[in-house]
Amino acid sequence: MTTTSSAEPAPSLAAGVWDNHWVRFAVRRTGQLLISLWALVTASFLMIHLVPGDPVRASLGLTAPQSLVAARREALGLNDPLLVQYWHYLQDLATGDFGISMSSQLPVSQVISQRLPATLALAVSAFVLALLIAIPLGALMGVVTRGGRAQRTELSFTTVSVVVGAIPDFVVCVILVWIFGVNLHMFPVAGKSGLDSYVLPVVALAVGPGLVLARILRVEMLAVLQADYIRTARAKRLPAVAIYLKHALPNALTATLTLSGLLLSGLIAGTVLVENVFAWPGLGSTIVSSIQGKDYPVVQAIVLVYGVFVLLINLAVDVALALLDPRSTIREN
Amino acid sequence: MAANLVTELESTSGRRGNRSRWVTVVRTPVGAAAVIALGALLVLAVVAPILWSGQATRADTAQMLHGPSGDHWAGTDNLGRDILARVLVATRLSVELALLATLIMVVSGLLLGTLGVLFGRRVGRVTAAVINVAVAFPGLLLALFFAVIFGIGTKGAVLAIGLAGAPSFARLVQTLVSGVEQRDFVLAARVAGVNRFRILLRHVLPNVGEALIVNATIGAGSALLSFAGLSFLGLGVQPPDYDWGQLLGNGLTGIFEHPVAALAPGIAVVLAGLAFNFFGEAVAKAIGVTTTIGRIRVRVPKPAVAPDRSEADRPDGDTVLQVTDLRVSFPAAGGVVTPVRGVSFGMARGETVGVVGESGSGKSLTALAIAQLIERPAAVEAGRLEFLGTDLRGGGTAHRDLLGVHFSMVFQDPMTSMNPTHRVGGQLAEVARRHGGLSRKDANDRAVDRLDAVQIPDPRRRAHQYPHEFSGGMRQRAMIGMGLMGDPALIVADEPTTALDVTVQSRVLHLLEEIRREQNVALLLISHDISVVRQVCDRVLVMYAGQIVEDLPAADLHSAARHPYTRALIAVVPDMHTALNQPLAVIPGRAPDPTSYPAGCAFAPRCPLATAQCRTEAPPLETDAAGRRVACWNAEAPIEVIPESAEVLCE
Repeated sequence: MTTTSSAEPAPSLAAGVWDNHWVRFAVRRTGQLLISLWALVTASFLMIHLVPGDPVRASLGLTAPQSLVAARREALGLNDPLLVQYWHYLQDLATGDFGISMSSQLPVSQVISQRLPATLALAVSAFVLALLIAIPLGALMGVVTRGGRAQRTELSFTTVSVVVGAIPDFVVCVILVWIFGVNLHMFPVAGKSGLDSYVLPVVALAVGPGLVLARILRVEMLAVLQADYIRTARAKRLPAVAIYLKHALPNALTATLTLSGLLLSGLIAGTVLVENVFAWPGLGSTIVSSIQGKDYPVVQAIVLVYGVFVLLINLAVDVALALLDPRSTIREN
Repeated sequence: MAANLVTELESTSGRRGNRSRWVTVVRTPVGAAAVIALGALLVLAVVAPILWSGQATRADTAQMLHGPSGDHWAGTDNLGRDILARVLVATRLSVELALLATLIMVVSGLLLGTLGVLFGRRVGRVTAAVINVAVAFPGLLLALFFAVIFGIGTKGAVLAIGLAGAPSFARLVQTLVSGVEQRDFVLAARVAGVNRFRILLRHVLPNVGEALIVNATIGAGSALLSFAGLSFLGLGVQPPDYDWGQLLGNGLTGIFEHPVAALAPGIAVVLAGLAFNFFGEAVAKAIGVTTTIGRIRVRVPKPAVAPDRSEADRPDGDTVLQVTDLRVSFPAAGGVVTPVRGVSFGMARGETVGVVGESGSGKSLTALAIAQLIERPAAVEAGRLEFLGTDLRGGGTAHRDLLGVHFSMVFQDPMTSMNPTHRVGGQLAEVARRHGGLSRKDANDRAVDRLDAVQIPDPRRRAHQYPHEFSGGMRQRAMIGMGLMGDPALIVADEPTTALDVTVQSRVLHLLEEIRREQNVALLLISHDISVVRQVCDRVLVMYAGQIVEDLPAADLHSAARHPYTRALIAVVPDMHTALNQPLAVIPGRAPDPTSYPAGCAFAPRCPLATAQCRTEAPPLETDAAGRRVACWNAEAPIEVIPESAEVLCE
């Protein structure tokens, strides 16, 4: 890629544009995205072919007549050479065609578009809640415990966040259901009805990542508060709030943001478990029932959707990081 | 021969003493608890099925879905089987499957991660790219993907969880291995022609083994949780077998009637996961951190020495700064250290005062203490600390606007002293907005004007840039510009040129000098470079071991310095006449450590004039008729020996 600039004898427009670190960043990041996307699509395509035995037979059951299996195989194009199937798969994906569900005979795209909004609503609200827990708590803990202050507070915060953060989503769900559903009857424990039906699933998803993030932010804050530029800010006699919020927090957030991206992708995966506990009508409950029912086209499509979301999240994190800390665009491997 | 050499190199590479470090794990409370918990878990996994299998499988139709009772502490399930027994018995399968999955994760991770070592750099780069793509996806999604391929059930779930963990483990292996690969003993083995497989097994893996074991342990914890998750979803262990995840899933369906059936396996999962995690973390901590210095809270005692009054009462209508008996102390392991011990001086408008001394002499701490920038646990005390007639003692927040407008600081390292995430102009404008009450636009205009004043070309464009787009010298000038946003009466510059090139240094010094002259600002210039101070300053304070030992006009430095330390500092400065083939001269000996100042004069151990009196009795800082001050019993004695006896630095 660098040859565009080195091939030119004199500094040209192309070289000038290439010298801009934002352009380099955009090109590099888009390249990464395309490669990952290709890997994802290929893996999803290969999934059905890696299943031992005949996926159609497995799906239809042992009692299904051979003629039906053969007809279904023909309809799915499973008898074509692998590369031809791959090509058709890519073509179909490009037109938004995810195939036909083996069990319901509905277009998979229809299943996805019905189920996706519920999952997104769940994941996004959980992510927002996790940040709402993590940023104030982590920043506050960083300020309070800086320079070895308030050691008892630090110890109890660390212990609580480590222990609670280590409890897996589905156990948190069970505990929440037991406390707020069974004992207190405060919130519904199944299905997606009103706003109150969001409370338990969202809290179950957000608590763990929120506390982990708060812990990381605290450590980052401690490091940033030691920095020379914080001393400069103090020498400017800024009020404490301005020093902590304006000068320390943005610098502490860069690392935290990177990790929050990881947590958000983890959160997408966490929705699978949480949706199954709360009978949430999203992709997570669909993928599990489809895996059990061997409805491979649906599974393939949902894996693809999850994967694309994860890639987009990673992209969003890198862009946010670049805006927050422009130095990150310069870094090249 | 080669093998011997390699073994020898390796033995010095820090693999010794591992035993004792592993033992320290048990000594911490968390470590001990983790070891006990993990041990109990493993014992339970072995004995539980032997002891309670009967109860766990015996159906009792008379007691279906009963709550906790004397017979069944955790109640019974829908076939009347004892839930507690089932949870205990399930320990074995849960732990076994988690360990099996971990084994798959470790083996496949090791294979992937070491391909580069075995088959060369190109293969390594390709696998690294593959791993990078794979680790972007969360483990549970990978596990679901593999679960589809390998099928529902115990075998499929073990493979799925093992392989899902492989990419991140492979990434870890790659990172660790590439760290060791460049070490001497590996390079030596490579030169000696040892084959790659052998290098990997004998020299590379043993050196990263500890870290891998720690991470595998933590990995086993998460494998246990993931397995419970898959079984909970019905994709893992299938009836009639049961593990915790499956018990939890079954319990959840009846949680309204019988919550214990869901809570008991949940608690088991959490406890087991924590046991693995805490054990791993405790070992990691013990291996990574060798010693910890305990923080000790100490009350900083009041100064025992009577304050030095010599300077305090000097009448001066034009005084900007008046400091008397300034002390800075820190709590430390042995009690309290006081790196600044009774500093007194005053500064008039437009005066330039230099503070010189070796590193550790307390110069910078003095500056920070005056600026009220010392934070707890350090404590600042002073007989007087007045800036423009206002007493600053008792905290800087009360005088925020006074200090913000009239007191400016310039710090040593311009690379780290500006906030990397804010535009330079904004960092300057902030001062005027906070303290001058200027609007955003006016403050920005003033920032551009100030950048122009410190000779930054194209200031309007530069104000929009970030600090990393500035050169070091330009950044330092921008820092000075920041100090000019208000109406400074005093600029404290702490080693403002140390981090800069020589040519840039003189430009920054000239700029400071110009500002002082034009705006009649007092300038306190802290430097370890006596020639810089001599060029710029009117008066020089020489500090040694936290005290001022001499205070004299800069013009007198060469001709009339009286303290042997000052004279030694001047003697060791290379000048145009220094022979280039001679090693650089240094003052013999070392500055005393703040934790153990000698009883008498702190310079006595290094002083060619030291007498018995010097070693027992600290000399007071005496003021002469001309206002010069010196703290030395033998201030007037001639020393011809110093330049000649100056030892040479041979390293």
